[in-house]
Amino acid sequence: MVTGEAYWLPFTFLALMGLAFLIYAILDGYDLGVGILLPRDSEAQRDTMIASIGPFWDANETWLVLGVGIILIAFPMAHNVILYQLYIPVTFMLAGLILRGVAFDFRAKAPVDHKGRWDLAFWSGSLLATLSQGYMLGLYVMGFEESVAAYAFAILSAVCVTAGYSLIGAAWLVMKTEGELQARAAVWARRCAWLMGLGLVAVSVVNPLISERVFDKWLGGGTALFLLLIPALCFVLFLVNDRYLANFPYENDFGCWIPFASTIGLFVLAYSALAYSFFPYVVPEQLTFWEAASAPESLWFILIGVIIVLPAIILYTLFAYRVFWGKARELNYY
Amino acid sequence: METLLLSRIQFAANISFHILFPTITIALAWFLFYFKVQHNRTGEEVWMRAYRFWVKVFALSFALGVVSGITMSFQFGTNWPGYMGTVGNIAGPLLGYEVLTAFFMEATFLGIMLFGINRVSNRVHTIATFLVAVGTSLSAFWILSLNSWMHTPTGFEMRDGVAFPVDWLAIIFNPSMPYRLLHMMVASGLTAAFLMAGLSAYRLLKGDHKPAPRLTLKTAVYAAALLIPLQILLGDLHGLNTLKHQPAKVAAMEALWETEKGAPLVLFGIPDEEQKRNHFALEIPGGASFILTHDWQGEVKGLNEFKGEHPPVAPVFWGFRIMVGLGMLMLAVAWVAGTILWRHNALPNWMLRVLVGMSFSGWVATLAGWYVTEIGRQPYLVTGLLTTEEAVTAVPPGNVGISLAIYLTLYAVLLVAYIATLFLIARKAVQVDRNEEVETLQDRYNPMNTNEGGAY
Repeated sequence: MVTGEAYWLPFTFLALMGLAFLIYAILDGYDLGVGILLPRDSEAQRDTMIASIGPFWDANETWLVLGVGIILIAFPMAHNVILYQLYIPVTFMLAGLILRGVAFDFRAKAPVDHKGRWDLAFWSGSLLATLSQGYMLGLYVMGFEESVAAYAFAILSAVCVTAGYSLIGAAWLVMKTEGELQARAAVWARRCAWLMGLGLVAVSVVNPLISERVFDKWLGGGTALFLLLIPALCFVLFLVNDRYLANFPYENDFGCWIPFASTIGLFVLAYSALAYSFFPYVVPEQLTFWEAASAPESLWFILIGVIIVLPAIILYTLFAYRVFWGKARELNYY
Repeated sequence: METLLLSRIQFAANISFHILFPTITIALAWFLFYFKVQHNRTGEEVWMRAYRFWVKVFALSFALGVVSGITMSFQFGTNWPGYMGTVGNIAGPLLGYEVLTAFFMEATFLGIMLFGINRVSNRVHTIATFLVAVGTSLSAFWILSLNSWMHTPTGFEMRDGVAFPVDWLAIIFNPSMPYRLLHMMVASGLTAAFLMAGLSAYRLLKGDHKPAPRLTLKTAVYAAALLIPLQILLGDLHGLNTLKHQPAKVAAMEALWETEKGAPLVLFGIPDEEQKRNHFALEIPGGASFILTHDWQGEVKGLNEFKGEHPPVAPVFWGFRIMVGLGMLMLAVAWVAGTILWRHNALPNWMLRVLVGMSFSGWVATLAGWYVTEIGRQPYLVTGLLTTEEAVTAVPPGNVGISLAIYLTLYAVLLVAYIATLFLIARKAVQVDRNEEVETLQDRYNPMNTNEGGAY
């Protein structure tokens, strides 16, 4: 254990990294989710769905670069260990993100008879990126153990993350679209919520059973009752979402933001639980954040930049969301 | 094959593919800002039509740049862990500043620039265009600062084999940084200008009689004619700077095997590393000495001074000749085309065809130049600190082979699709006739008007 600057400076970056990945999961989560949900039977609906994420996806994806950037800057040792272990799934994720990212533009500019193929690239890219991310999260949680159980858990995690991204994508569509598509999105959202809910329960049961440390952290000490608030709150949010969607649609579009807001709540809670399980490790069971940290002079230099620039980023991100507030229209592409 | 070679091929493939797109967008963003400002100033619709055509090219190029850039950011960790392990304290913050100050800004305002024209005021849209241009240039600033530091590292100290920052200003503004940055920015200007001239010429050849392609042709040709002499001057200064800090690279560029006074300029030759001589050499006596020392009898260091520490000669030698040769060709084409345009306010068809042929000349010259400077740094990854071999990952070669195959396939498909799409949107633009165009203009603020081909 270390104290003073050697503790709190890396800790600050650990918190920033956590924040970057959480924002990434929410923001790129909804646009990857929308990509996964693209329906085969309606080109018009695909157009509207993609129009609803068009102005945002690029900035959303930048949070991934920031998150990985912070590991790279602040925890270079962890960066090397993690990316060494995840070499192949990272490649698949990047291939998925490349396909999805370029399909945005190609589908609008390619010859008409190629549009379907780019939509397929869009869908498969989104799905590939999401599955890879979930798979990597699973391997990470298992501390890169090479066992059948670890790979099985990683596959469960891949399904769970895919359900989660699809849920937040569908919830985004409930908020941002109207009419038939919105009604369809409500059905998707409800199904995905059930899938994600089951996945979360499975992960919460499996994880303490296979990791003694996680078990002790959650159920060992005197804080168990307090900690159980997290699953309890998750359950409440799930219920609110499910009941709202079961009676959809409502007059005057009442509460169209409820599924999106409650899903964000679910993401934040699940993510906090995960973060709590692993603190203070950046590589589970191997490296703590202060062991993995880079030189204080480097951390100071970048921290000053973060303090100045991050508020500006948040401000103009809010500005962009305000500009495109309200229901998605056709992409008016100049 | 071993992991080192595969990883090097993969990094080269990734960065070669990536650099194509920023090279276009850095300068194209400023061209778009110029169109927008001209439209605001004069009120003439033709500037906005130019904007609306070229913003499509920009959006497509930008998307390809973003996704290939994300791949780049993972390469350090996946394939070159020794890089971050040794110089992470320096490279990390520079990359971090690029993400914080540039990536978010360009990505966020790009959304407003592309899709927000009916949702924000004209002034905010102009500002968004400006901020995207600032963002792309800032991004170039940070990444070229880091790249230059790898060539000419300063402002650090080594403790137990790890680099620690001592003076951030000396790190950021390291000796080769100003030259490399300016050389690259102007390279971007030339790449965008020749692409713009080429696609505009293509539209004219396809029978487009609207004013927009004529205007962009003129803008692009004049920009190229102004930038190319500047680029030749900057290239010369950059070369002299390299001679001072990385003489082995210059010796390889000139294929100069022995230190000599009055060293010849090898115009053509086939360097032979075994025999340490050039076959079929065509030389100008004293030429290299004159260029490098500005004295026909000046002494230039040869490769013999850097045994085992100099880069492979042939790729550096040839890369340099391709870059310089294309630069000369650009000079000739831009000035001849510029002169004809000045006199006749139009270009003959043969000249338009030449310009179509030169559409991607900027790409080839930029890549050739980067091969010279990057291969010229070998065997080092960071000059004098870390060799490429020391930095490579322990990932088994089979895995690197899989990832390399995936990237190469994707990049080949995307490159073909990109080039085909550029010419396709140019042909679509030709088909829009003038009457239709007027109607489209009146419909400009109708959000339902989404006809991709008909908007300009």
